[in-house]
Amino acid sequence: MALATRTDRRPSFARTVWDSSVGKKTVMAVSGLIMLLYLVVHMLGNLKIFFGAAEFDGYAHWLRTLGEPFLHHEWALWIVRVVLVVAVVAHAVAAYQLSRRDIKARPSKYVHKKARTSYATRTMRWGGIILALFIVWHVLDLTTGTVHPDFQAGHPYQNVIDTFSTWYGNVIYIVAVLAVGLHVRHGFWSAAQTLGAGSRTRDRALKITANALALVLTVGFVSVPVAVMTGVVS
Amino acid sequence: MKLTLRVWRQKNADADGAMSTYEVDGISPDMSFLEMLDTLNEELILKGEDPVAFDHDCREGICGACSLVINGDAHGPERTTTCQLHMRSFRDGDTIDVEPWRAAAFPVVKDLVVDRSAFDRIIQAGGYITAPTGAAPEAHATPVPKPDADFAFEHAECIGCGACVAACPNGSAMLFTSSKVNHLNVLPQGAPERETRVLDMVAQMDEEGFGGCTLAGECATACPKGIPLMSITGMNKEWLRATRKAGKR
Amino acid sequence: MTSNATDAPYTDYAAYTTGEPVVDTKAPDGPVHERWDKRRFEAKLVNPANRRKHTVIVVGTGLAGGSAGATLAEQGYRVVQFCYQDSPRRAHSIAAQGGINAAKNYRNDGDSVHRLFYDTVKGGDFRARESNVHRLAQISVEIIDQCVAQGVPFAREYGGLLDTRSFGGVQVSRTFYARGQTGQQLLLGAYQALSRQIAAGNIEMHPRTEMLDLIVIDGRARGIVARDLITGKIDTYFADAVVLASGGYGNVFYLSTNAMNSNATAIWRAHRRGAYFANPCFTQIHPTCIPRTGDHQSKLTLMSESLRNDGRIWVPKAKGDDRPAAEIPEEERDYYLERIYPSFGNLVPRDIASRAAKNVCDEGRGVGPGGQGVYLDFADAIKRMGREAVAAKYGNLFDMYQRITDEDPYEVPMRIYPAVHYTMGGLWVDYDLQTTIPGLFAIGEANFSDHGANRLGASALMQGLADGYFVLPSTINDYLARNPHKDEVTAGHPDVREVVAETEDRLARLLAVDGDRTPDSFHRELGELMWEFCGMARTDSGLRKALERIPQIREEFWRRIKVPGTGEEFNQSLEKANRIVDYLELAELMCLDALHRSESCGGHFREESQTADGEAERKDDEFAYAAAWEFTSTGAAPVLHKEDLVFEYVHPTQRSYA
Repeated sequence: MALATRTDRRPSFARTVWDSSVGKKTVMAVSGLIMLLYLVVHMLGNLKIFFGAAEFDGYAHWLRTLGEPFLHHEWALWIVRVVLVVAVVAHAVAAYQLSRRDIKARPSKYVHKKARTSYATRTMRWGGIILALFIVWHVLDLTTGTVHPDFQAGHPYQNVIDTFSTWYGNVIYIVAVLAVGLHVRHGFWSAAQTLGAGSRTRDRALKITANALALVLTVGFVSVPVAVMTGVVS
Repeated sequence: MKLTLRVWRQKNADADGAMSTYEVDGISPDMSFLEMLDTLNEELILKGEDPVAFDHDCREGICGACSLVINGDAHGPERTTTCQLHMRSFRDGDTIDVEPWRAAAFPVVKDLVVDRSAFDRIIQAGGYITAPTGAAPEAHATPVPKPDADFAFEHAECIGCGACVAACPNGSAMLFTSSKVNHLNVLPQGAPERETRVLDMVAQMDEEGFGGCTLAGECATACPKGIPLMSITGMNKEWLRATRKAGKR
Repeated sequence: MTSNATDAPYTDYAAYTTGEPVVDTKAPDGPVHERWDKRRFEAKLVNPANRRKHTVIVVGTGLAGGSAGATLAEQGYRVVQFCYQDSPRRAHSIAAQGGINAAKNYRNDGDSVHRLFYDTVKGGDFRARESNVHRLAQISVEIIDQCVAQGVPFAREYGGLLDTRSFGGVQVSRTFYARGQTGQQLLLGAYQALSRQIAAGNIEMHPRTEMLDLIVIDGRARGIVARDLITGKIDTYFADAVVLASGGYGNVFYLSTNAMNSNATAIWRAHRRGAYFANPCFTQIHPTCIPRTGDHQSKLTLMSESLRNDGRIWVPKAKGDDRPAAEIPEEERDYYLERIYPSFGNLVPRDIASRAAKNVCDEGRGVGPGGQGVYLDFADAIKRMGREAVAAKYGNLFDMYQRITDEDPYEVPMRIYPAVHYTMGGLWVDYDLQTTIPGLFAIGEANFSDHGANRLGASALMQGLADGYFVLPSTINDYLARNPHKDEVTAGHPDVREVVAETEDRLARLLAVDGDRTPDSFHRELGELMWEFCGMARTDSGLRKALERIPQIREEFWRRIKVPGTGEEFNQSLEKANRIVDYLELAELMCLDALHRSESCGGHFREESQTADGEAERKDDEFAYAAAWEFTSTGAAPVLHKEDLVFEYVHPTQRSYA
C-alpha cells in the first residue's frame, strides 16, 4: 500500500536550470568561464602593444579579417561579440536574481556584526557591479570612441595611449582590473565548485590556478597603463 | 564570573524584537552556555519576568535542537553546539550578545526559538531511500566499498541544527541539503532515486526561501559536525548529472 | 478519575493491595521459536482497502515511534503522529552511541538467535518474558537488513561488508555500529522513512505538540489531548488506536543522561486512565558518565562503556586524600574492581561497576568536586599501546571529555560517576504490546519491555526498532480487525469534554499558584531524593523515608510553584511544571515498587538482599513476576497485579562475577 510519493513529470531542461538556484549558478559559472577565456585572450592581445604600433594595429586589423574568406569581414568578431554579450547578460541577470533571492533570505541582520562573514559575497557583488559599469565605459571608450577624447578608427595603438594619458582613464582602468583579479580569484574556484569539478584532492590545485589566473590577468592588464604612464610605451 | 548578556527578546512570531540587557553573576566556568541561561531564567522567574525561551534537548551535541548565535557566531566561538560550549570560553566581565538563527526560512517563534520545519520539508521532498519495512534484502547482499561507506557516514553526521543557514550571509541551506544528498546518493541502495532525490530536494530548498550559495564557506566553518564545504560541490555535480539525465528522458 | 487533587485524603501509600494476577492472553504457546509465527498467523488482518479508514495515533518519533509511524503508514493506515520537539528527527534515541545487537553471526563466532535470546534473559536477571525476548532475538536480524536498505551508514570493513564488535562484556561480536553515533544514524533512517510517508500524505505530523492526556471511551483508547506548544492551544485528536512511544522516565531523577525534555507525562497519564505500570523500580544506572561539576548541572553525559576495556578504575586508599592523581603513589591506590572481581576486573556488568563506585564514594574515597567520582585511568594503556593507538580507539571520547571538563585525559585520569541512563520499567503490555487499556499500545522504552531487570548494552536500539518496524505493525492489525469502530468520537462527547476540562484545569492551577519556587527547584529536590533513596542501592528504611517525603514535596509544589506567563503562548516553564506534576506521582510508585520487591535483581539492588560477598541476591521463589500496578488516585495506595514469569528454556542461575 506504499503510495508513490513522486510524479515523473518534470519541466524542460532549460526551465529546470533557470528556475533553480543551483541552475542559475551553473549559468553564471559557464558564462563566467566564457568571459574568463575571452579575458585571457584579450590580455595576451593587449601585450602586443609592447611590440610597437604596427604590430598592435596589425593585430587589431587581423581580428577583423579572421576567418576570411569563409567568413565575411568582421563576422568572426561579431560572433565573438554576440557570444560575449549573451554571456554578460546571462551572468548579470542570474547574478541580479540570485542576489535578490539571497538578500530576501536574510531579511533581518544580526545585531552583532561580523565583518568576515560576507567578504567573498561582497567582493563578488560589488566587483561585478564595478565591472559591468567598466565594460560600458570601456566599449564606449575604445570600441566606439564615444567617450574617447580623440578617437581615431583603425588606430587602436594611439587610442590606447590617449586613454591612458588621462588620469581618470588610468584610475578607472586600474580599479576595474583589480576588480577583475578579485572576481576571478573567487569566481574561477567558485565556478569549479558549481560545476561539480572540485574535490578534496583537487581543491589545492584549483585554488592555486584561480590565484595564478587572477594574478596573471591583473599584471597583464595593468602593465599597459603602467607602461604608458612610465613612458615605456608611447 | 560576572557577565552582561544582551539577549534578543521577541514575544512571538508577529511581534517586533529587540535586544535586552541582563546581568548574571556567580557563573562557573564549568557551566555550559545553556546552564548559564538556566541560571538567568531561574532569576527571571523568581522576579516574575518572562524567562528567555530557547530550544534545547539532549545537551550532548547530537539532537541539533540548540541554536544560538553568540557574538555573531552560530553556536558561539568554539566549533561545537551551543550545549557543548562552556563558559570557560568567555572571560569575567564579558558582554555577550545572544541572538536567534536569522533567516527568512527560519521565522522566529519566540525569543531565541526559530521554526526550522523547512528542513523537514526538504527531507520530505526526497531525503530518503524508498525501502518499505519488510522489503529489505539480506544486509550483506550488496557490499559497499569502505570509502563510500565512510563518505556516506561523514555526510550523514549532520544534526540538522541549521547553523549553516544561520552563518551563511545568504541564509542558504546548501550544506544541509547537500549532506543528505551525498549521504544517500553515494550508496548503492540510494542509486534508484539518485536523480529525483537531488532535483526534488534542491527544488524544495528553493521553494522554502533559502538563499543561494556564493561559496563563502561560512556554513562549513560553523558546522558543529564538520560537514565539509566540498559537500556542496558534490551536490552540484549530482544536480547537473540529474538535470542532464532528466533532459534526455 | 480524580484530578491531581492536592487535598486527596491521606492514605498510607505503602499499604498497597494485591489484586488478580495479570495474564498475557495473547501469548502463544508451543516451542519458543515458533511462537511469533504462530501469533502472526492467528492474528486477524485488516483488508488493505479498509486500512485507510483506520486512524492510528502515534506519540513520539524516536526509534520505536518513528519506525512504527512509517510502517503503519506504508501499510495504508492513516497515522497522526506527535512529538514535543521541533522536528521528529530530534528524539533522544539520537544520543545512543554504542550500537545495535543482532544475531547475524557474520563472524561465525557461535552466535545465534538462541544465544542472543539466552544472553538477554540472563542479562535481564530473569525478570523478562521468554516469548518476548525470543521474538526480539529473531527480529534482530531483520532490523539490520531493513536499516541497511534505508541507507544507514553502518561501519564497514575493507571488503565492503558490515563490521561488528563485541559490546558490554558479551562473548560474541554481534554489535553493529556507526562510529559512536549508531542511535543517530538509525533514528535518521526511521525519520527519513517517516518523512517519506508525511510527504505522501499518509502521516499527519504534529511537531511541538505534547500529549497531556489519554481519551478513553467505553473502556477503549480513542484519542489524546495535546497542547500545541507554540500557541498553547489544547486540542483533541481521535483515532481507532493509540500508540505510546514516548520513551522512558529516567528524568524523574532530574540528573540523568536523558534529554532535558524527555518526560513521563504520556505514560503516566495513560496509567492514571487505567494502564498498568510494570516494574517502575527497574532503572539502569550507567557507570561511565562524566561527574557533575556543581549545583548548576542540568544533565549528565554518558561516555561509551568501551572505555572500560582499557581504562583502569581506582580511588585513593585513604579517605579524604585530595592530592592530585599523579601525586598518589601506586601503592596508595585502590583498583577496587580488579581487587574485588579479579576475573572480570574493570569489565564487570554495568550495575556492579556502578554500585562499587557508589560504595567507595560513600566511604569518603571519591575524587573530584564533592567526592562524587572515581578515576578511570589510561596511563597504563598509553604506556602499553602508545598514545596514538589510544587516540585512534578513544579519541572522540577523550575530546568530548576534555570539552566538558577542560581536563586532558591523556595527562590526568578521567573522572567518572554513575548516572541514570535507561528505565526498564514502563507500561505493562501483553505479547501484542497492548496495555491493559484496549486500543492503547506501548512500544520502545515506554513499555516494561523485554529487558527484565537489566538491559544489555546495544539492546535498547534493537528493542525500539523491533517494536516499531515489526511487532506493533503486525499485532495492531488484530486489534483493529476485531474492533472496527463505527462510532465517530467528537470533541462534544461528554467523556472528551471532561478530560479536556481536567487538563485545562491542571494548567490553569499551575499558573494560578504564583508561589516563590521555580519548577526546576522542585525537580531538583525530587531528583536528589530519588537518587539518594531509590538510586543505586535501596533499603527498606530509605524507601519509606522517600515515600514519606514525596507527598510533602507534592503538597509544597502545589502551594509554592511559580509559573510565569500564560497558557496561551510558548511557555517552557509551564511545560516543565506540568511534567513535574507527573514525576511527583511516578516517583512515589517507583519507591513503592522498590520497597515491595525486597530482593535484588539487575538494576534493582536492595541492601537487605545480598550474598555474603556483597552480590545481588535474587529471590526467585518470591519475586519471579512482573509487578504491574493499577492506579487508584493520587497519593492513594495502588493495586498490585502480578504476572508470573515462567522459564522453560533459560533456567535461572545466580550471577557471579567474582
